Amino acid sequence: MSLTRQDVEKVALLARLRLAPSEVDTMTRQLSQIVDYVQLLSELNTDDVQPLAHAIEVTNVFAADQPLDSLSREEALSNAPHTDDEYYLVPPVLGS
Amino acid sequence: MKQPPEPDHLPYKIVIGLEVHVQLATRTKLFCRCNTQFGAPPNTQTCPVCIGLPGALPVMNDEAFRLSLQTALALNCQIPPSTKWDRKQYYYPDLPKGYQISQYDLPLSHDGFLEIHDSQQRFESKRVRIRRAHLEEDAGKSIHDERSGTADSRIDLNRTGTPLLEIVSEPDMSSALEARTFLDELKLVLVYQGVSDCNMQEGSLRVDANINLHIRDRETWIPTPIVEVKNMNSFRAVERALEFEADRQFDVWQETGQRLGDAPKQTRGWDDQAEVTRPQRGKEESSDYRYFPDPDLVPVNVSPQQLDQIRRQLGPIPAVLREQLQTQWGLGAYDADVLVNQGPRLVQYFTQLAEACGDAKEASNWVQQDVMRRLKEQQTEIDAFPVSAATLAELIRMKQAGQLDRSRAREVFQHMCDHLQSPQQAMTALGIQQVDTAELSALCRSLLDKNPAIVADVKAGKQQAIGSLVGQAKKQNPNVNPAQVKEICLQLIAEMS
Repeated sequence: MSLTRQDVEKVALLARLRLAPSEVDTMTRQLSQIVDYVQLLSELNTDDVQPLAHAIEVTNVFAADQPLDSLSREEALSNAPHTDDEYYLVPPVLGS
Repeated sequence: MKQPPEPDHLPYKIVIGLEVHVQLATRTKLFCRCNTQFGAPPNTQTCPVCIGLPGALPVMNDEAFRLSLQTALALNCQIPPSTKWDRKQYYYPDLPKGYQISQYDLPLSHDGFLEIHDSQQRFESKRVRIRRAHLEEDAGKSIHDERSGTADSRIDLNRTGTPLLEIVSEPDMSSALEARTFLDELKLVLVYQGVSDCNMQEGSLRVDANINLHIRDRETWIPTPIVEVKNMNSFRAVERALEFEADRQFDVWQETGQRLGDAPKQTRGWDDQAEVTRPQRGKEESSDYRYFPDPDLVPVNVSPQQLDQIRRQLGPIPAVLREQLQTQWGLGAYDADVLVNQGPRLVQYFTQLAEACGDAKEASNWVQQDVMRRLKEQQTEIDAFPVSAATLAELIRMKQAGQLDRSRAREVFQHMCDHLQSPQQAMTALGIQQVDTAELSALCRSLLDKNPAIVADVKAGKQQAIGSLVGQAKKQNPNVNPAQVKEICLQLIAEMS
């Protein structure tokens, strides 16, 4: 297995996820399978290949600096679990 | 009085690097077309792109990219032929996508510099290297309830996605004053280029500082752990925070002897009221941001032709202007500094005035003493100033021709400003007429006849006695030019003997 429980716990912390011990086991197994699969790519010899910044050969895509309509506040807040109809409300960030 | 210690005799050197975030003066956000106008009601300037709804596609703002290149060139940076965008991952409620679009290993510019100098010569002029300047999007605004600490935090995402240019200096500054001067000069460069309004109150310009000490240890220097200082809301606050932090770090060194590497990098916030820095949350390691190229955004190639075009349109560089004011207009370093610090339009006013009246020193005096005072009193900008450079030049030429003395010219200037009049109109309104020479001679002669004691004093070598005659002349006719009265009286007395 390519990933350890510690790797998964660290990634979970960075993603602000709280995993039960059994979930850590499941995630370690499943994420390892994904990483191992992607690992197949390293079988290719890339010594003579230039690194790519992007997979498609398109560059310089721009839009003009012209304002367009934004969402209404009602629409913008409609998916949020908690609002006061003006702001998104989240658990206190500085409440330590 | 005790002299402050010379830097060479301090037991340590201060090492400071700055990170400046500048909001670029675009109408819309970096990757969507939401308005960037400051002060809109909360959460009214967002769209699926900037609040991170699934399936939205960011598209780069061409003006933001152009302004970035312009700034980078003004800061003497190298512009590589290709640049790309990366995702910087972290979770915070004001970052709805869970990542910030930024630039990691291929920034749009690198290796520039900015010269700093102090007209009072409190430090030697130096070149501060710019490590890189890259483009990224801003996060939203969190409003914390500081009373309870338990109430919900409120989030406004209007600012999310606003274009920021992050300018990172090398740690080349060795005092709080040098850091302050760097910021003043950087702001001036940005204002002259017109790339940002640099309004710190509205968050258009934000500064973080990295600072540590190098402690003298016989022939070598021992670096102490680096501290990042945040939450400084003015350049003055940056200066004071760094002064405080240097002292604090020396105390910590004496207490703990900790060297760079013994303790992780610490983040501290400046408390402007208490005038201290306090520890903030531990910073995640750089590798924890798990940067990777953003697949939604394609790379940007910059051609030499494009750079040439921007170079040609580059606004004036403050350091170059200071030099020109000294070499082309013969101003002193101090005067050049004062004028350039007022911004490009005031400098333009000065050069037009100097050209029109033919006397740069005189023009500089009028701009600094009269025009700038008036602007300050009226709290207005030179664009809205009621007297054009050409009109003020007319007044200065009349003064040069001896038609007005300095104080009367000032009265005329006031009147011109208050009533939007030409110098001639203002003089008529103030009842100022030119006194012809014959009239003036007659007046002087009568004064000499009435004041034989003064004449005797002058003859005896007490030239200053003439002052009383000038006063009497002004009383009889307020339009007389004191210098002319003095000159004519002295000449008449000389002719008597």
